[in-house]
Amino acid sequence: MKVDLRINGASRSADIEPRKTLLDALRENFLLNGAHAGCEHGVCGACTVLIDGEPVRSCLMFAVQADGYEITTIEGVAPAPGELSVIQDAFCETHGLQCGYCTPGMILAAHALLQHTITPTREDIVEAISGNICRCTGYGQIIEAVQFAADRLRKANTPRPHHGADQPVEAE
Amino acid sequence: MKPAPFDYVRPDTLAEACALLAGDEDARLIAGGQTLVPMLAMRLARPARLIDILRLPELAGIRQEKDAVVVGATTRQAHAERDPVIRASVPMLARVLPWVGHPPTRNRGTVGGSIANADPSAEIPLAAVTLGAEIMLATPDGPTSMPADDFFIGPMLTTIGLGECVRAIRFPVWPQPRIGVGFFEISARRSDFAFVAAAAQVALDEEGRCLDVALGVGGVGDRPVRLDVASLVGTELDAASIVEAVNASSNDIEAMSDLHASAAYRRRVAVTLCVRALEEARANASAKPAKGAR
Repeated sequence: MKVDLRINGASRSADIEPRKTLLDALRENFLLNGAHAGCEHGVCGACTVLIDGEPVRSCLMFAVQADGYEITTIEGVAPAPGELSVIQDAFCETHGLQCGYCTPGMILAAHALLQHTITPTREDIVEAISGNICRCTGYGQIIEAVQFAADRLRKANTPRPHHGADQPVEAE
Repeated sequence: MKPAPFDYVRPDTLAEACALLAGDEDARLIAGGQTLVPMLAMRLARPARLIDILRLPELAGIRQEKDAVVVGATTRQAHAERDPVIRASVPMLARVLPWVGHPPTRNRGTVGGSIANADPSAEIPLAAVTLGAEIMLATPDGPTSMPADDFFIGPMLTTIGLGECVRAIRFPVWPQPRIGVGFFEISARRSDFAFVAAAAQVALDEEGRCLDVALGVGGVGDRPVRLDVASLVGTELDAASIVEAVNASSNDIEAMSDLHASAAYRRRVAVTLCVRALEEARANASAKPAKGAR
């Protein structure tokens, strides 16, 4: 079946068998290998992608069902080639990954959470990543990474204080 | 872990979907797919054709009626969880939804899908049975409906017939201003299948006396059941009355044993969770102002 998808802001088309999951189509047809194949039956969360901004398991939907949505994979979150998003960088800073298998899913789950709120509680973070299994970190550093990313995003959104009352703010 | 081949069709109308379904014993409906796709991946299900009903306009939307809220079958669980109408008018549904799967599965999984799947430990069927919801069906002969209690007949078994499709779920809205809900469940891990789940809803009058009460348990037997605790109406829902009413009604609980928990354990936990759910519902309702609009 011919399938037209919107992936990371670009229109992509392919001839895809109905039984092919969105996960396999992303990896094999569009060479986006950032979504990982873990359990392939909806338990582990390694295949998480964003559909219209919300995390879903790409192994639990077929590519033929995915037309008309904005699909975001881990390849779509960096601001430019060779750069990292704030959340990706926070995972590096806090050692929020070891083997890295779960990391794209974790980052996308965190991405969706921090789109909703940049002041998440620890409970919010735990809930947001509750569908993603990590077998290395014990989750502590992942939670720390999301907290750190939220902190940076909050600071980025806070107006900078003036350096002295009558000094003009320099244009950036 | 790859599904066997199938045809995929996405009809434009519900009538077309029902006609396709009625004419093909090997066809299955798919909406959110959060239960069906794993079954396909493990090849526990091998339908020849999938009929995708997710985008049918007839199955979408949440509608407030005079004494009920009608939730379209393809309403996403995540959407229902946040919906202001459901939160205000069917608080039990809003209360149980965070316990359904995980955020990513709730983003795709539908309310109607959980009903049609009829897992005995599922929270949405439990809320439907406890509140006495109506399951609204589309059939080749036109729309029909039946009480949730008649719809569920066993584990993953419903009375749904060939060519029929869950259209919507009609949850009754209680008229009283002071309503509270309580919900507890025990599972191996948060969001895993419940060994036991108990849901309660109470309405209190201005003095804190019980005007109406509903109590149900899931995960214990082969389908969710509503328990008769009508003896609590008129009481102040004091601890002794609650325990007495739950104990009296617990004879109606048919418990099953499996790998995870024995029947005796399930029955004991069910009684405890029922008491806690009723106490939480009472506390929840008491916190609402005695006078004024809801």
